[in-house]
Amino acid sequence: MATVFKRPESLTDAKFHYCPGCTHGIIHRLVAECLDEMNIREKAVGICPVGCSVLAYEYFNCDMLEAAHGRAPAIATAIKRLKPDCFLFTYQGDGDLASIGMGEIVHASARGEKISVFFINNTLYGMTGGQMAPTTLLGQVATTCPYGRKVENEGYPVKMAELLAGNEGSAYISRVAVNSPANVVKAKKAIKKAFETQAKGLGFSMVEILSTCPTNWGLNPVDAMKWMEDNMIPYYPLGEFKVKEGK
Amino acid sequence: MNKVLMKGNEALAEGAILAGCRGFFGYPITPSSEIAEYMARKLPKIGGIFVQAESELAAINMVYGGASTGTRVMTASSGPGLSLKQEGISFISEAELPCLIVNISRGGPGLGGIQPSQGDYFQATRGGGHGDYHTMVLAPASTQEMMDFAILGYELADRYRIPVVIMAEGTLGNLMEPVIVRDEVTNFVEKPWAISGCQGRKPNIVNTLHLTAEELEGRNRHLFSKYEDIQMNEKRAETFMVEDADIVVVAFGLLARVIKRSVIDARKHGVKAGLIRPMTLWPFPDEHIKAVTDTCKVILSMEISMGQMIQDIRLAAEGRVPVEFYGRIGFLPNPEELTREILAVAERKGL
Repeated sequence: MATVFKRPESLTDAKFHYCPGCTHGIIHRLVAECLDEMNIREKAVGICPVGCSVLAYEYFNCDMLEAAHGRAPAIATAIKRLKPDCFLFTYQGDGDLASIGMGEIVHASARGEKISVFFINNTLYGMTGGQMAPTTLLGQVATTCPYGRKVENEGYPVKMAELLAGNEGSAYISRVAVNSPANVVKAKKAIKKAFETQAKGLGFSMVEILSTCPTNWGLNPVDAMKWMEDNMIPYYPLGEFKVKEGK
Repeated sequence: MNKVLMKGNEALAEGAILAGCRGFFGYPITPSSEIAEYMARKLPKIGGIFVQAESELAAINMVYGGASTGTRVMTASSGPGLSLKQEGISFISEAELPCLIVNISRGGPGLGGIQPSQGDYFQATRGGGHGDYHTMVLAPASTQEMMDFAILGYELADRYRIPVVIMAEGTLGNLMEPVIVRDEVTNFVEKPWAISGCQGRKPNIVNTLHLTAEELEGRNRHLFSKYEDIQMNEKRAETFMVEDADIVVVAFGLLARVIKRSVIDARKHGVKAGLIRPMTLWPFPDEHIKAVTDTCKVILSMEISMGQMIQDIRLAAEGRVPVEFYGRIGFLPNPEELTREILAVAERKGL
């Protein structure tokens, strides 16, 4: 009997700890499938963040390093520079990347570090219990903006893909979502393109992936997908923001 | 024998290169910047990597990443920069990654000043960041030792899988002296734990997260059994005229070198003085202190701070002899001033 579906070699057989309906599992799988398909698992080094995916080093079947909050791009920078044949990826949430790690991500991009960043945007701090993130939408309720995010108090949500696309060092920047089978396919293409950008040595690559957090949004998994479509995608438009072509 | 005139900071940088350092990640700060500048000139020419980081936080995390590949890497900074690096040093200590961290010390607190200081003694010897850990701390006293301790630092870092801090007053970093340039290090230990792609082996993981109490306690006990080995094997101090000394001065760094003159001068005034110079601040050479408590009448801690090492000296002396203190802030005192102070303590104690 032909095998038509199996666990990617780039994932271990550890069970994910993620909440029901959380899309981290889908995104982990997409990254792992790309590592498999490009045959780069044995050259890959992944950097985990602090956040819900802090335990990603137990799930990816390649060399992994667990970073301090926000610092993954700095760590990846050094490893890539010292071991240029490795494929470096960071896997970071919105608190990690867009708040405490804003300095590290902007400068890794500006320097054109040949690393691939997978930025999981679910509009809040999941692991610590649903606090406001820089990506929390206006009006959205979080435990530290219990009356809804207001411009006069918390300012505007940060658009990382647009921000980093402005850096010359950025070679590939896109935003995808994993709310439908069609979008999951597009997300995988973007992840692969990020790794291909790294393989070609074109510069920094980042894929922002809109993700759900049913637990902290207080929604069931189906409604969470709908909430993402209705609220996140209009503010965080999908698409490619920077594509540097190779020579 | 190749003897050249070098600045302390340059001698340290050259020592690191001779020891095989191939990655420098730093952020400019006075009075340490010559180290970064030296590395920026030299490393790219010998297949090394130099990155000027966007911040001290990024710099120490680049060291975290660089060290995880098994490459000999380093950073250098000063007071305010070292404070920012503490998060990373805690992670590196827990992950047991060898690296060199240099503190060309200036005065604080706050922005403080750029004059020489030893006020980071507590920060360096007590871990400095969050959690239970130590780094090894070396305190050179000459331009030659700036080079030699960089080489020794990497050897110790690799042997114990620990970050090694070299702490020197800003004055020493900028002091020019003749230096015997050492041979290139050619013996390196294997690092099977390093991450650089898992080809031909199981994946390696560099991690500092331990969610169960049992695992976390186990990790802490593991670190502290390593620290016990270090305390057993690696305490280093220089002693000078302590055998018959009634008053033993304890001081480290360039200050200790100045005090040698004062010890000789005090003896000309009939006061039998001696000197203990800790070369490792952690592990602290307490046996050297304990050894003189049977023969001396008073110990005098001299520091460029309001008195920090004195606590370690008192712990080592265990109350057997009184421990006095003399400190200045932002000054490297001249020998005359230090001699006067030794004589004054001797007079107070009726020596």
